[in-house]
Amino acid sequence: MKRHVLLYLGGSIILLTALLALLAPLIATHDPNLMQLDLRYAAPSSDHFFGLDQNGSDVFSKMVYGARISFYVAISVVTICLAIGLVLGSIAGYYGGKIDHTLMRFIDMLYSFPGFLLAIALVSVLGPSIHNLILAMCVTGWASYARLIRGEVLHLKTKEYIQSAIALGSKDARIIVLHIWPNLVGPIVVQCTFSMAGTILAESSLSFLGLGAPPTDPTWGALLNSGRKILIEAPHVSVFPGLAIVLLVLGFNIFGDGLRDLLDPKKN
Amino acid sequence: MFDYIVRRLLMTIPVVFGVITLTFFLIHFVPGDPVDVMMGEQASTIDKDALRKELGLDQPLLTQYKNYLINLSQLNLGKSFLNKRAVESEIAVRIPATVELAFAAVFLAMLIGIPLGVIAAINHYKLPDHFVSIFGLLGMSLPGFWTGPMMILIFSIYLDLLPVSGRGDFSYTILPAVCLGLSLSAILMRMTRASMLEVIKEDYIRTAVSKGVSKGMVYFKHALRNALMPVITIVGLQFGALLTGTVITETIFDWPGIGSLFFEAIQQRNYPVVQGCVLFISLTYVFVNLLTDLAYAAVNPKVRLS
Repeated sequence: MKRHVLLYLGGSIILLTALLALLAPLIATHDPNLMQLDLRYAAPSSDHFFGLDQNGSDVFSKMVYGARISFYVAISVVTICLAIGLVLGSIAGYYGGKIDHTLMRFIDMLYSFPGFLLAIALVSVLGPSIHNLILAMCVTGWASYARLIRGEVLHLKTKEYIQSAIALGSKDARIIVLHIWPNLVGPIVVQCTFSMAGTILAESSLSFLGLGAPPTDPTWGALLNSGRKILIEAPHVSVFPGLAIVLLVLGFNIFGDGLRDLLDPKKN
Repeated sequence: MFDYIVRRLLMTIPVVFGVITLTFFLIHFVPGDPVDVMMGEQASTIDKDALRKELGLDQPLLTQYKNYLINLSQLNLGKSFLNKRAVESEIAVRIPATVELAFAAVFLAMLIGIPLGVIAAINHYKLPDHFVSIFGLLGMSLPGFWTGPMMILIFSIYLDLLPVSGRGDFSYTILPAVCLGLSLSAILMRMTRASMLEVIKEDYIRTAVSKGVSKGMVYFKHALRNALMPVITIVGLQFGALLTGTVITETIFDWPGIGSLFFEAIQQRNYPVVQGCVLFISLTYVFVNLLTDLAYAAVNPKVRLS
């Protein structure tokens, strides 16, 4: 237990936030879009745990629903990037040669481009929406998966059981899916965990810049952006959503660290 | 070394070309007619046609691309929709502010990250190591768009110690530099710690200790010098991420740099400026990566021989 304290701590934070997101309609104390203009800027109280914003909306309820958007975007981006990276990385690593060379040079090129900047530029021209946000983050996001998986496949391909499967005449697709992919689970899970943290930060940053979900969807980044403008009147509107982002990102980061230690044979 | 420089420069050409092509197509990603988006649906057809002609959008795509390359080779990035000033001069005016902020952030990150990394490594698995590791995790998880407003709230509004926003004397630089450099300091701390842990296991360190050299001398002169190699590389590679981070930091602190110019341009749908900023930041990113690689190769023969 003591050895894997990071794993349990990070896992608990993630699980708790995921539950909040899943059970949002039950946990939220108010309708997140309800405006009580006479109560604008009200400080935290027993009725409104995290106070009210400039429209008189309940910050706690907005945050609970905001968690859904954060998870939805992060899971979508990580799944899409993983799917692309898994297929391309496996093909490059398994077949090598020109396919590998071309893909790696293309990935080198993507790495030379600031991904977040491209995401900002893309969403700004496509128009702010959750799906454009996901698309923009996927454009460069898959490259790190492809590179990781290609490296792992290159290494696994030299193993005797893979060589035996090839000698026995198994089809390439069968070898990749049945023999190689199950051995990639460890490094992929660690990478996905860190990617979740990175994606949540990127999504919040884009929402903060007004390039995320439409104003009717409460995102943590958008809440922070509106809070920034009323920092003196209502600091609570900035404090709580920010704390939520920090806590969830920290949860994924320490879970990733713990998982890496757990899967590292040198440390066991 | 000469061969390596030539090889690395050749590798940069397709990247630069890719960046230029991507920024060109950016304006063509606009769903529907970009002119409609820029001028609004109410604008008259005559005005729209005039703008379309001015932007060259009435010509075939390949011709537009060729013209874009020709203009670019003459450092002509087009004109701002808002004030009709040349985009390149709009950017040039903002460069000094961003450079000042970026260097201040890197300096601060090194000042905090490297000593903390050394302290953590020489106290491996002891209390200082745990504290520093927590700082590392926190630093990586704290988003600038939250630390910025929080620092304004504490240091400018409550304590009234530092200015809220804008650019002026040194006191104006502190908060934006901390906001921008905080996560880099955490990355540098983790990197220095890991690198120092590797180096202090080496035979020459044990030899120095057994010869009776003082601990401070061993750690800071013998070990740190060797441990700093990967750390310096990280500084170079993270410089690009830092440039992207300026968009948020400069917006929060009203810092008149390229990041805030980029954000203003996005809000005003001023596409030539958006395009110019993306191109400028990306090319700076590519250039800094190139310099980092060359510097690394200059001091590490293994890299240039591989």
